[in-house]
Amino acid sequence: MNEMTTIAVPTTLKDWESDQEVRWCPGCGDYAILKAVQRTLPELGADPAKTVFVSGIGCSSRFPYYIESYGFHTIHGRAPAFATGIKLANPELDVWIVTGDGDGLSIGGNHTMHLLRRNLNCQVLLFNNEIYGLTKGQYSPTSRVGTQSPTTPLGSVDRPASPAAFALGAGGRFIARGFDVSKNLPEVLKAAHAHKGAAFVEIFQNCIVYNKDVFEEFAAPKGAEDRQLWLKQGEPMLFGNAKTGDTKGIALDVEKLTLKVVDVVDGDWQAAGVIVHDVTNRSIAHMLVEMPFGPFPMALGVLYDDPRPTYDEAVLGQDAVARSGKSTDLAKLLAKGQTWTVNESDQGPLSNV
Amino acid sequence: MASLVAEPEVSVSNHPEAVVVRFAGDSGDGMQLTGGQFTLSSALAGNDFATFPDFPAEIRAPQGTLFGVSAFQINFGSTDIETAGDAPDVLVAMNPAALKTNVDALKPGGLIIADTGEFTKRNLDKAKYDVSPIDDGSLAKWQVLAFDISALTMESVKPYGLGNKEALRCKNMWTLGLALWMFDREREPLIDWLKAKFVKLPVLADANIAALNAGHAYGETAELGGQLHKVHVDPAAAKAGLYRTITGAESVALGLVAGAQLAGLEMFFGGYPITPASSILHSLVRLKEFGVTTFQAEDEIAAIGAAIGASYAGKLGVTSSSGPGIALKTEAMGLAVMTELPLVIVNSQRGGPSTGLPTKTEQSDLYQAIYGRNGDTPIPVVAACSPSDAFDCAIEACRIATQYMTPVILLTDGYIANAAEPWLVPDPASYAPFPVTFLTERNGPDGTLLPYARDDKGARPWIKPGTPGLTHRIGGIEKNPGTGNLDYSPGAHQTMTDARKAKVDGIANSIPAQTVALGETSGKLAVVGWGSSFGPIHQAVRRARAKGIDVSHIHVRHVWPLPANLGDLLRGYEHIIVPEMNTGQFKTVLRDQFLVDAKPLNKTSGQPFAIAEIEAAIATYFDGAPSNAGGGEVPPNAAQLPSIESANP
Repeated sequence: MNEMTTIAVPTTLKDWESDQEVRWCPGCGDYAILKAVQRTLPELGADPAKTVFVSGIGCSSRFPYYIESYGFHTIHGRAPAFATGIKLANPELDVWIVTGDGDGLSIGGNHTMHLLRRNLNCQVLLFNNEIYGLTKGQYSPTSRVGTQSPTTPLGSVDRPASPAAFALGAGGRFIARGFDVSKNLPEVLKAAHAHKGAAFVEIFQNCIVYNKDVFEEFAAPKGAEDRQLWLKQGEPMLFGNAKTGDTKGIALDVEKLTLKVVDVVDGDWQAAGVIVHDVTNRSIAHMLVEMPFGPFPMALGVLYDDPRPTYDEAVLGQDAVARSGKSTDLAKLLAKGQTWTVNESDQGPLSNV
Repeated sequence: MASLVAEPEVSVSNHPEAVVVRFAGDSGDGMQLTGGQFTLSSALAGNDFATFPDFPAEIRAPQGTLFGVSAFQINFGSTDIETAGDAPDVLVAMNPAALKTNVDALKPGGLIIADTGEFTKRNLDKAKYDVSPIDDGSLAKWQVLAFDISALTMESVKPYGLGNKEALRCKNMWTLGLALWMFDREREPLIDWLKAKFVKLPVLADANIAALNAGHAYGETAELGGQLHKVHVDPAAAKAGLYRTITGAESVALGLVAGAQLAGLEMFFGGYPITPASSILHSLVRLKEFGVTTFQAEDEIAAIGAAIGASYAGKLGVTSSSGPGIALKTEAMGLAVMTELPLVIVNSQRGGPSTGLPTKTEQSDLYQAIYGRNGDTPIPVVAACSPSDAFDCAIEACRIATQYMTPVILLTDGYIANAAEPWLVPDPASYAPFPVTFLTERNGPDGTLLPYARDDKGARPWIKPGTPGLTHRIGGIEKNPGTGNLDYSPGAHQTMTDARKAKVDGIANSIPAQTVALGETSGKLAVVGWGSSFGPIHQAVRRARAKGIDVSHIHVRHVWPLPANLGDLLRGYEHIIVPEMNTGQFKTVLRDQFLVDAKPLNKTSGQPFAIAEIEAAIATYFDGAPSNAGGGEVPPNAAQLPSIESANP
């Protein structure tokens, strides 16, 4: 969101906690995301009365019940549709969509795509745990090949979707990544909120019961600096341990037109050709969302941020133009077109076309 | 016009009180346009009328084929007209395929006007004629007036230098000109209309006007051996006032706008293109100044989802579709029931199942409307009986939705959506407003908020996001009867299920008692109908009563919940028949609700009932009246508005 009038009475984290008992499994990554959101909202100056959390179905979609704002827990995959109606009905509302990899990319992939291409002014938080949690552990559209689950006892064979790549491909103008327990998550959320238009945030979330620790390879605190690339606008794409002198960077392999990891010697990243992150560079964004973890670190933070006019502004602006100076007299509307009058006396037509 | 009327005299058949004309041609021949303009001319002549556009699902079917035939039938007269007419008196056939698919419907002795210019070997082959029917005597039971309309049109537009193809496209105006002459109509309104239509292409306006005039002059001057003569149909007696023509789709759009105004709300309409419902969206996009916001969604589900979202945010959410699309919306309808938000869902029914008959009419979504959801999910259903009635029904749907905080289904059908009829323009001030109120303060004891507290109608408060101090969460999970918080407990589900049912059942208290459209409030036989079969039922009952038969017509607008007195009323008749364009859905509802012995009269040919079909069914209950052999079930009358598909096995 953006342009929100700061409320007279500032809020605290407590003000955003609803009186509902949180029903996620103990140790679920959702708890950390909930706290991060509740911690961020006061810093945004958000007004609970003007904030609406909209969700679909799944573990993540219980989220609205726990936030002390307006909340609408809708049906599976369709939260973007409801959010569109809410925002077009009242553009002053600050709309957050909370979804998951199954909700937002499987049953609701169509709506996610259209929300992003239309650029509805809202935040989309997609909790990606690479599994169906609420239905007890079936593999999801983001599960890695070979994931064993109740429906894939021999391992899944279909290739997973990449949420960030999907969102960018759908025409999203803001793409960011974070993970549940990351201390940087509030900053990512703030950036998403500051973006005017559909802001898509993929949040890796640990499903402790059905897909435990699948993100540990990059999310574990130990060695995180080697496996996480936190992108910052205007700064070189560096990762690794500066203290040990083992600094690396992301550079462009000009011949192959791909990204490559380069060693940075004595802090001279320019010499190593490390790219300076420009959040408005769509080509680099395409490379970052496709950058495979393993050979590369996990790209996190704001990968892409280049606003365009929003759908709600366009629709309501067009409505305003269409309405200006027009009569709203219903009687006149009903009598429009080619009419004729029947008189009591002659019972014949008197054309007044 | 389909109004509930007193019983007038039955028409005398040898006096031209009413005439049925069918224009049939290739889908590229402009038959719908010709029919539409002829309709307007009938309106201006003061006739009452009803129309039936019958066109293929294909946009541009291959030229000259049987399945590419597009037809438009109009019944106009000096008496009350409530159907598009059983059988045409005049058939205008622009090519062999149009003749073949339509001629069997024509009354014996009826007039065929055929364009011989199109009766080429190639077109005859496409229509599967071995020899031209014009020459082989197979049309002997009708009068045939065959001449080269194509050539006459080409001749008339010669001065304008059009290409062959463009010149031939003026054929429909030539034909319309001839029809205007036949029925003693003014040409000026059509000429004005053509000038306006082709304001940017004056040469086309001139050419079309020339064709129109030439067709008219042909009637005036040609020696046609007495086959063609002027017929003058007197204006129909009608209630004084301002009239316009209206189709059901326009009427629904206007009714929704009026309903939103009466509720004091702006409207949000979410739709996805589908035949025959799209025209409602087409109408509403042009009414933005009335507080209408429209959204063409990515699919049917998003369309209803956005509409519910808008209702949640304080607008009147509306969505519309046809059967297959309604099926997709079903889960979201359940959410609207659960979250108790107002919503109007318009279903322009078409033939099913699945894709079925996209451009044909049926009443087979009644079960879907009343019962078609998971769970105990009651939704009130209002059914329109004609284009003009759709206006009032749309307002009624808005009233129920906002006053009872519930989704409401408004049923129309392909016939109502496309058909045109004269409409006595109502005064909006004559409708009682039903302004909504939004909750602005906490409504529970000790300053608590109870989003699921209920008023005396059983409705919960409408709380707009953005209202300070009233933050709360709603959703599709079962909830606590007061707070609306998640509550799966047995007591909560029982209480809430009961409350949702009681609320919708209670709507019966706010609707008018069931009346009898024609006839007595008890007696030997009641013909009970709903939806667009109103016209043929009403006329059939009227004709039967004129013969002294004790039969009454009951038309039910509120098909769910049913009017409180309907059961008692039905029990006052010895027999009940329920004509429906389905396999007997409303019959089953009546049997279930009232344990009455309602008998079905079914037709699923994609075509409206013929008056004669219902008359025949009525006759079976009375000795000495001509009966139909089949008993309850009336087979589709092949001669009555035959479907194009049936000619293409």
